[in-house]
Amino acid sequence: MNERLDIRGLSCPQPVFLTKQKMEKLGKGTLEVLVDKGTALTNLKRLCTDNNWTLEETMEDNTILVKISFSEEHE
Amino acid sequence: MMEKINDFFASKLGIIFAGAFIGIVAVLLQEAGNPGNMGFCVACFERDIVGALGFHRAGVVQYIRPEIIGFVLGSLITALLFKEYRARSGSAPMIRFILGFFAMIGALVFLGCPWRANLRLAGGDLTAIAGLAGLAAGVFVGTLFVRNGFNLGRSQKARWVSGLVLPGMMVALLVLLIWQPNWDDPTKAVFFSIKGPGAMAAPIAMGLGIGLAVGFIAQRTRFCTIGGIRDAILIKDYHLFLGIVSLIIAALVMNVIFGNLNNIGFDNQPVAHNDHLWNFMGMVLSGLCFVLAGGCPGRQLILSGEGDGDAATFVVGMMVAAAFAHNFFTASSPAGVGNWGPGSVILGIVVVLLIGFFMREKL
Repeated sequence: MNERLDIRGLSCPQPVFLTKQKMEKLGKGTLEVLVDKGTALTNLKRLCTDNNWTLEETMEDNTILVKISFSEEHE
Repeated sequence: MMEKINDFFASKLGIIFAGAFIGIVAVLLQEAGNPGNMGFCVACFERDIVGALGFHRAGVVQYIRPEIIGFVLGSLITALLFKEYRARSGSAPMIRFILGFFAMIGALVFLGCPWRANLRLAGGDLTAIAGLAGLAAGVFVGTLFVRNGFNLGRSQKARWVSGLVLPGMMVALLVLLIWQPNWDDPTKAVFFSIKGPGAMAAPIAMGLGIGLAVGFIAQRTRFCTIGGIRDAILIKDYHLFLGIVSLIIAALVMNVIFGNLNNIGFDNQPVAHNDHLWNFMGMVLSGLCFVLAGGCPGRQLILSGEGDGDAATFVVGMMVAAAFAHNFFTASSPAGVGNWGPGSVILGIVVVLLIGFFMREKL
């Protein structure tokens, strides 16, 4: 079971900030993030592109479920 | 087609384009009649609007600014087109009201929002440097709160109609702007300045058209002058910061082209004063408020257009403060800071720091 983070309803910078915090805690692996806003999704996609991480996007009960496979961050 | 547009606006090139577009059209608006270094100023323009409605009686700053109307309606139309309209609210609305209130108090001590601070710098007004330094300091303090668990809680999904309140108010303002009731007697109903910055305005169609275009671009790119500084400090992400840099460069180039850079310095700058301490402190307060509320005042208008009721509450807080600032002499003028400006900024900083300490919650 992957770790899951719910960033729905949060305003900037919480969505990306909490996601990064969670990733730092986990080190590497797969994180599932529940997203509801366009901005948060755009920002997560950019985070993944910048770090060459893979991002999978699916719909689950009217919520976007984003699955990120990540390793250590590229500075 | 939509996907290609999305990819472009989400890219680095997209945010650079957004900043450059805003910088270019801002100077064009100045050339067409808007006040000096004030192609856009979200704080000043909201203040002009509440003045036009008679909530304050500072006769030189009263006008219904079509640019603000354009930002909100442009964002609404774009959010509908790209299926991002989502009515939501309930994330500490009264705290957001107070943050909006004190953000405006600080901005009117400096005489400008972050957009205008950048435009002032690009116009050769070096008094903007103290303001921008204050803004960065305020954002920095705000990020310390974010690191320590500050947040305003989650918003909830709301009925679609509830996200249309602020856009609806903008439509009403547009009607008043075009109709101009009691035009023959400017002392009644809608007030329009006959001298001062409030009397300086680009043609309505131009202001509205450019406002709509900026609303579209800012909604797509998430352009945010506070996010740019905040993300650079907090998560070392310079994406939004590129937008700010490109805005300043574009406006600077436009000012060179139009020959506007004949007074580079600290004195006699348009709609500005050179009390550096309070330029700095005013923007410390504003920067802190903006970062705690999640974005710059332009961004709050764009979010309001997407259906964010909490951002709309922040906007209303700013508008109430604008009236307050002129009725209670906390706003500055080119002659210097108002009698109660410094006191109100200190009070604001105390209140906002308390908010920062007490609004912490583990998510």
